[in-house]
Amino acid sequence: MRRVAAGLLKPFTETAGLARWMLVAGVLLTAVFVVFALFAPWVAPYGFAQTSAHGVAFPKLGHPDSQHWFGTDRLFFDVFSRVIWGARTALEVVVLSIFFCVVIGVPLGLASGYYGGWFDRIVVLVMDAMYAFPSFLLAIVFSFLLTNVYGGSVVAVSLSLTAVYIPQYFRVVRNTTLSAKEATYVEAARAIGATDGRIMRRYLFGNVIQSVPVLGTLNAADAILTLAGLGFLGLGIQSTDAAEWGHDLNRALADAGGGVWWTGLYPGLAIVLLVTGLTLVGEGLNETLNPTLRRRRLLPVVMPGRAAPNLVEEERS
Amino acid sequence: MARAGSGSLPRYILQRILLVIPMIWVILTVVFVVLRVAPGDPVSAALGGKLNAQALEQRREALGFNRPLIAQYWDYVSSVMHLDFGTTFSDNQPVLRVIRDNGGATLSLTVAAFVIALVVGIPLGLLAGRFRDSVPDVVIRLFGILSYAAPVFFVGFLLQLYVAGPLGLPTSGDASPITVFQVQPKTHILLLDALLSGNGAAIQDVLKHLVLPATTLGLLICGIFIRLVRVNMLQTMQADYVEAAEARGISSGKVTWRHGFRNALVPVITVVGLQFALLLGGAVLTEPTFNWPGIGSKLVFYINNRDYGAVQGIITIFALAVVLISVIIDIVNALIDPRVRF
Repeated sequence: MRRVAAGLLKPFTETAGLARWMLVAGVLLTAVFVVFALFAPWVAPYGFAQTSAHGVAFPKLGHPDSQHWFGTDRLFFDVFSRVIWGARTALEVVVLSIFFCVVIGVPLGLASGYYGGWFDRIVVLVMDAMYAFPSFLLAIVFSFLLTNVYGGSVVAVSLSLTAVYIPQYFRVVRNTTLSAKEATYVEAARAIGATDGRIMRRYLFGNVIQSVPVLGTLNAADAILTLAGLGFLGLGIQSTDAAEWGHDLNRALADAGGGVWWTGLYPGLAIVLLVTGLTLVGEGLNETLNPTLRRRRLLPVVMPGRAAPNLVEEERS
Repeated sequence: MARAGSGSLPRYILQRILLVIPMIWVILTVVFVVLRVAPGDPVSAALGGKLNAQALEQRREALGFNRPLIAQYWDYVSSVMHLDFGTTFSDNQPVLRVIRDNGGATLSLTVAAFVIALVVGIPLGLLAGRFRDSVPDVVIRLFGILSYAAPVFFVGFLLQLYVAGPLGLPTSGDASPITVFQVQPKTHILLLDALLSGNGAAIQDVLKHLVLPATTLGLLICGIFIRLVRVNMLQTMQADYVEAAEARGISSGKVTWRHGFRNALVPVITVVGLQFALLLGGAVLTEPTFNWPGIGSKLVFYINNRDYGAVQGIITIFALAVVLISVIIDIVNALIDPRVRF
C-alpha cells in the first residue's frame, strides 16, 4: 500500500517549482470536473433536458439571471445544468473508452507479443494502419457507422474513441510483453509446466498493466476534444439523451450572430478548462517520467567526514 | 545484406514508397470493413424516406450492394487504384468532382492557417524554451495549452462574437456574392482566381473572408508548434555541443542563435508533416463553423444526409493524402538529414 502511495506521489515529490505547480493546478481543475460529474444531480439545479420547473416554462434564450445562472438556450434548456451534466457525459465517455481499450487492447497485445508469428504480424499491421489513419477522421467514420446503425449513445461514442486510441494501448502492451517474456521467471514458470494462458495472466499481466494509467491520462484530454468535435458535427449524443458540450456549442453558433453569448461561452469554457486540466496533468507526468526533460529537485550534498580518507588508506594497504 | 537501406538515398526512397503500398491497402480495407461489411444499410440510410421499396432495391442493385462482399471489395480497391472514388448516394455526384469543386477552399484555408501557426508558434516556442521557467515561458506555455485545449468551433464562436463586429470582418463563406460573380473561375482556388483577375476589391474581399477562419485553425496548430519547439529547444540547450560552445567562451546570444535555435528547428520539419492530419481534422470542424465552402463542410453535409458513398469516398481521399504527405516528408527529411537513412 505504501509503495503504491509513493508511486502515485512520485510526480509530486520529484518535481519542483513550476512543474509542480502546473501539476497541482491540473489535478485541481480535473478534480472539480470529476466532482461535477459524480454529483451532477445534486450540483445542477435542473435536469439536462428539463424545460420547465414547478409548472413554469423556461424562457427561450433567456438572459442569465438568478433563476438561470448561465441563461437558457434555444431549446429552453438551462445552460448551467447542461454544463454540469456535460461533465458527467464527458467522464462516462472517457472512462468507458479507456475501459474498452484495456479490455480489448491488453489481451490482444499480450497474445500478439507472446505468441508472435503470423498472428502478431497481422494484428500489428492492422493496428499500425489504424494508427496511421488520421485520428479524427477515424472517429468520424466509426461514429458515423455506429450512430446510423445503433443510434447515437454514450456507448457508441465511446466505441468510436476506442478505435482511435486502441493502437497505442496495443503497442505499449505488446512491446512490454516482448521484453517481459524473456525474463528468467517466465522461463522458470514455463519449465515447471505453466500453461500459456497462466503465464500471460499471472506473470506478464502485472508487468504490462503498469503503463496503462499514464497512457489513459495522456489520452484523456484528446478524448474530450474528439468527443466535443463529434458532438459538434452532430455525430455524438442527442441533446435529449445527455448533455454534451460540443453539440450544445453547435446549436449556440446560430445564436452568435444575434449577440447571444451565454449559450456557447459556458460549454466552451467547460471544455477548455477540463482539457487544460488534463493536459497539465499529462504534461506534468511527462516532465517527471521523461528523463530527457526531467529536472530533479537537487538534494543537498553532504560531504563525507573524516572517515573517507581512512577508507581509502585501508584499501591501499 | 548487412543492414537494410545502408545509407543510400535512392534505396531509402524506394523502400519508403514500397512500404506505403501495404499501408494504403490496409487503410482501404479498414474503410471498407467499417462502412460496407459492418451492419447497416447504406442505401436506405441515404434515401430511406424518398424512394419506395422497389426503387431502393434497384438502387442497391445498381450500386452492386447485393453482390458478394468479396466482389464489392475488389471493385472498391481496383476503382481506387484507378483514382475513382465512387459517387455520392444522395445527389449522385462523382466524389472527385466534390473534391475538385470544394478542394480549393479547403486548400487556401489550411495553407493560410499553417502560415499563421508557423509565424506565431515557432518564435514563441523558441522564446519559451530558451528562458525556461521564466515568466514569458509560463505565459507562452499557458497560451500554447489553451490554444490546443480550445476546440476550433469554440474559438470560432468567440471570434464571431467579439472580434468580427469591431473589425468589420465577415463570418460566413469565402467571399461575398458579388466577388464570386465577378471573378472568373480558373483554378478552383478563389484567392488565386481573384489575384489573376487583378480586381483589387475582389482580392480584398477574399482576404477579409479568410482572416477569421484561418486564425481559428491556425491557433489550433500553433499550440502544437509552441510545445514542440519549446521541448526541442530545451533538449538542444542541454546538448554537449552547446556546453562546448559555452566553454569556448562564445557569447550566450550567439550560442542560443547558432547552436540552439537552428538545431532545435530541424525535428520540426518532421512533425510539421505529421500535423497535416490534424490540420485536415481541424478543417472539418472549422469549415462548418464559418460556412466555409470546403470539403469539410461537404463532409458534414453528407454525414447529416447519411450518405455512405460520399463519406467513404471523401475519407478515403483524406487518408490517402495523409499517407502520401507523410512519405514526402520522410523523403525530404532523408534529403536534409543523412542520419535518417540508416
